[in-house]
Amino acid sequence: MAVRAGTLAETVAAAGRGIELRGLAKAYRAGDSVVQAVRGIDVSIEPRETVALLGPNGAGKSTTIDMILGLTLPDEGAVSVFGEKPSAVVAAGRIGAMLQTGSLLRDLTARELVEMMAALFPRPLDVDEVLHVSGVAAFADQLTQKLSGGQSQRVRFALALVPDPELLVLDEPTVGMDVEGRRAFWTTMRGYAAEGRTVLFATHYLEEADAYADRIVLMARGAVVADGPPTEIKAMVGSRTIRATLPLAPKNELERLPGVMRAEVHGDTVILVCSDSDQAIRALLARFPAARDIEIAGAGLEQAFLQLTGEGRQAAA
Amino acid sequence: MRRFVYIRCELLRTIRNRRYALAALGFPIVLYFLIAGPNKGEHDLGGSGLSAPLYYMVGLASFGAMNAMLSVAGRIATERTAGWNRQLRLTPLTARDYFRIKILTGYLTVLAALALLFLAGTTLGVRLGARDWLVMTGLILVGLVPFGALAVLLGHVITADAIGPAMGGLVALLAVLGGVWFPITGGALYDIGRALPSYWLVQASHVALGGQGWGRTGWLVVAGWTIVLGALARRAYRRDTARV
Repeated sequence: MAVRAGTLAETVAAAGRGIELRGLAKAYRAGDSVVQAVRGIDVSIEPRETVALLGPNGAGKSTTIDMILGLTLPDEGAVSVFGEKPSAVVAAGRIGAMLQTGSLLRDLTARELVEMMAALFPRPLDVDEVLHVSGVAAFADQLTQKLSGGQSQRVRFALALVPDPELLVLDEPTVGMDVEGRRAFWTTMRGYAAEGRTVLFATHYLEEADAYADRIVLMARGAVVADGPPTEIKAMVGSRTIRATLPLAPKNELERLPGVMRAEVHGDTVILVCSDSDQAIRALLARFPAARDIEIAGAGLEQAFLQLTGEGRQAAA
Repeated sequence: MRRFVYIRCELLRTIRNRRYALAALGFPIVLYFLIAGPNKGEHDLGGSGLSAPLYYMVGLASFGAMNAMLSVAGRIATERTAGWNRQLRLTPLTARDYFRIKILTGYLTVLAALALLFLAGTTLGVRLGARDWLVMTGLILVGLVPFGALAVLLGHVITADAIGPAMGGLVALLAVLGGVWFPITGGALYDIGRALPSYWLVQASHVALGGQGWGRTGWLVVAGWTIVLGALARRAYRRDTARV
């Protein structure tokens, strides 16, 4: 049902030295209930690869990133970055990261903040260069609490660049940026990746992942739904969807129908995300003659993406 | 040398934050002039043979120092609420260095607070020998070590919203039990007081009044609190930064 890069992962594991996530799982306690944020994922990222972690909110992207950065310990599984534990790589100043949450330290100018953080790393880049590259130079002498959302994001980007990292991790980097800012940001980022750095970024924009990543890892509800080159993911996401009314339909049987990648059962409504909708509709009617109110739609990118990642259920509700 | 850049930025932030600077530096001075100013001519306070400006300067020295050091807690809580400690955990800065820099910044604030207070004392006619100034200041600085650990601990377990009132109450309680405002000479409160680091901070400042300083009990109490609070602070930092 999902394209998994199992063979690719094994090849990479042999080559080693990139990022290796093995059976990674993490749950959080929220009151009385336990939220399974990440449910045992396996991902390998090669050095110098630019990989997008794509998925809707709550897919487990940030938790996965926190585990890669050593900010959160996994309940199960293991993370290795460049063959080492995340903490060791962080301590060596080899990771630069842009976090999604948190505000900047107050009462310093943007330049002072970058200087302050640069002082913590063993081999920082020249601060003026970083300010220029990240586009902070224009407002470097303003206090951080006076900056707009987009400007703050640029300062965060500068903070991620200043260690001169081998691995750049960006969690939803363009949130709060306008269209122009986004374009400028990605142009800079691409230049950076071209210098031989490994880049991992999380996003919920399919276009960003498609345009700037070598590879997309699609996540939903804590699991990897698909992993492959953007063209492959786009082909999947660009698939057709069958909707039908079919009371008491067993989900696992629907998913086993030929041409069906994924099935959703929502009350009496059934949604089938198909790789081959012609084959799927024939099989559906043969197996479940009671199916009615049938619609076949060539889903738009965004909609199909939502359905593929399981959010279609909420959208349909 | 590059750590110096980091510390310089911390100090810049301290100075630029008016509310913080006022609370840590201004408050003790204002209190001092309010209390000691009207009694400027009193040279035999309560029959003790001590002048009012000296007695209150010394009392406020221990209070001001404690207040300035514990204000570090508020700054940590604010940074934590802003998620800044997560950003710091992505740098080679160790927990130990983070403590050190925070406490060093606290000490520099304390020194500024003491200098202002001593200056205010001299304007009201306080005169002490060099030895008294030095021993008093030195013992106060040593006596503040457990407060540094306490500040780091509280900064990690109390949220930014609650830290203001919590610290206000705690400082007042420690000050009263430690005998900042009036000496406690017997009973259960005296025994409790002697087991607290604030009592020994007050004893440190009372060197200027002809006090004996610490003796063995004092050093043991200060060392004990340093070890206990230091361990708790370290644990709180680790647990807190696991996930904010």
